[in-house]
Amino acid sequence: MTAMNQPKTTNEFAQKDARQTPREALDHWYLEPDAALRARVSNLKFWYGNGTQAIDDVSFPLVEKKVTALIGPSGCGKSTLLRCFNRMHDLYHGVKYSGSIELFPENENLIDLDPNVVRMRVGMVFQKPNPFPKSIYENVVAGLRIRGISKRSQLDEIAETSLTQAAIWDEVKDRLHQPALSLSGGQQQRLCIARALAVQPEILLLDEPTSALDPIATAKVEDLINDLDGKVTVLIVTHNMQQAARISHYAAYMYLGKLVEYNETSEMFTRPMCQRTEDYITGRFG
Amino acid sequence: MSTKHDGHLHHISQQFNSELSQLKAEFLKMGGMVESQVQHAMQALENNDYELAEQTRLKDKEVDRMERAIDEEANRVIVKRQPTASDLRLVMSVVKMVADLERIGDEAKKIAKFAISISESETGALGSRYDSVVEAKHISNHVVAMVRDALDAFARFDTAQALRIMKEDKLVDQEYKSAIRSLVTFMMEDPRSISTCLSIMWVLRSLERVGDHACNIAEYVIYMVEGEDVRHRPIDHAEKVVRP
Repeated sequence: MTAMNQPKTTNEFAQKDARQTPREALDHWYLEPDAALRARVSNLKFWYGNGTQAIDDVSFPLVEKKVTALIGPSGCGKSTLLRCFNRMHDLYHGVKYSGSIELFPENENLIDLDPNVVRMRVGMVFQKPNPFPKSIYENVVAGLRIRGISKRSQLDEIAETSLTQAAIWDEVKDRLHQPALSLSGGQQQRLCIARALAVQPEILLLDEPTSALDPIATAKVEDLINDLDGKVTVLIVTHNMQQAARISHYAAYMYLGKLVEYNETSEMFTRPMCQRTEDYITGRFG
Repeated sequence: MSTKHDGHLHHISQQFNSELSQLKAEFLKMGGMVESQVQHAMQALENNDYELAEQTRLKDKEVDRMERAIDEEANRVIVKRQPTASDLRLVMSVVKMVADLERIGDEAKKIAKFAISISESETGALGSRYDSVVEAKHISNHVVAMVRDALDAFARFDTAQALRIMKEDKLVDQEYKSAIRSLVTFMMEDPRSISTCLSIMWVLRSLERVGDHACNIAEYVIYMVEGEDVRHRPIDHAEKVVRP
């Protein structure tokens, strides 16, 4: 962690910004000095087909290989924002985006890309485990097969690394060809994470991945997310603030479609910058 | 982001509000106890009052019991509520400050023990035979006021007051040093006074420690309100935090 008592000035970050990330991208945020950006959301606005504006001028960075949590009360737009990252809204008619989600280092605006390409590059895991009604093995390699990889040895290798990364390998290695639906809920969820990891997504989106799990399964999934810190860029939506405090490195607090505060998680939960964040995380909200 | 003093009473959960209020109230009660403990110990020393000294010594058990109770209450709040931000700082500060209060109680007990041993010795009361007793009394008034002000600063989330206490501590240290110097002079002038003077030295030492603990409490008050740790840093840092 950066020294807590040092005032973090814009200049300090600008000086330490040695990576290729555009300098101005780091200027407004309290990032660690060696943080590199994987993506940057700028002035993002989003409207549903019925004209409801769900996201209003949200800007924040997504730091590479770190876990970023989106927190906020129900209906504040966290999941909507998350879904913008894989353009899932495009499945519905009449939705409208403005602003950008820039991907680095390619400097591409995710909003302008083909949604199918975006979904190949950005993985997602949902609230409820949703394995395919196939074997465990086939679930993990499904994405690879779609991408045209059919060499058995390669599939085997990626299946093992992904399942290991998702901390479920030891539990399933002897039953890889049994149906995925025979696994417990927690195992199914970790399998879904393994499936998402197998295709090496640029960003992994997790939408309340533990809300349907019991405490033990939750702890395992949380451990797994902790392990991903430093390896994969993760954006997670969670209702459980203690969970956000445990597993994320950066946190963004949203309210009524707007971003209220973006901060290092440890800072946000000990001394938030904004009164509204303080009120929410301490349970004074409402 | 600093905290308003009544901020802890605005949770959605009323139960949480009352748990935090209870924690604060118990802490202040314990603070009041140790404050009077120091006062009584000094009174006993000054008036050669064996009874009062004995009572003060026994009071320490009660203080220890309160320390355990407050720690337990704080643990319960952490387990049940997982406090964050200003709530977390409040609970953590109370846990730390309670240790300081308990130590103040210990110092009062030490002074009471000296009062007991002096009252039982042949030379009898110190009275105001030595100026240094007067000086000890002066220092004790000073540090007791610091403890009271520190508790006050806590109750009212008053960081300006906490900062004043941190500065007062420097004065107490000076007073302590000059009192020690005058005791050394006494001992050189009259070797028969050495054992009494040594006792007074220990009393002075205890009082000086009480001042340090009051200063620690003041530092935690600043941390609790401002979220900035001002311990082990120059006083200018605390000044910047309190008056940005």
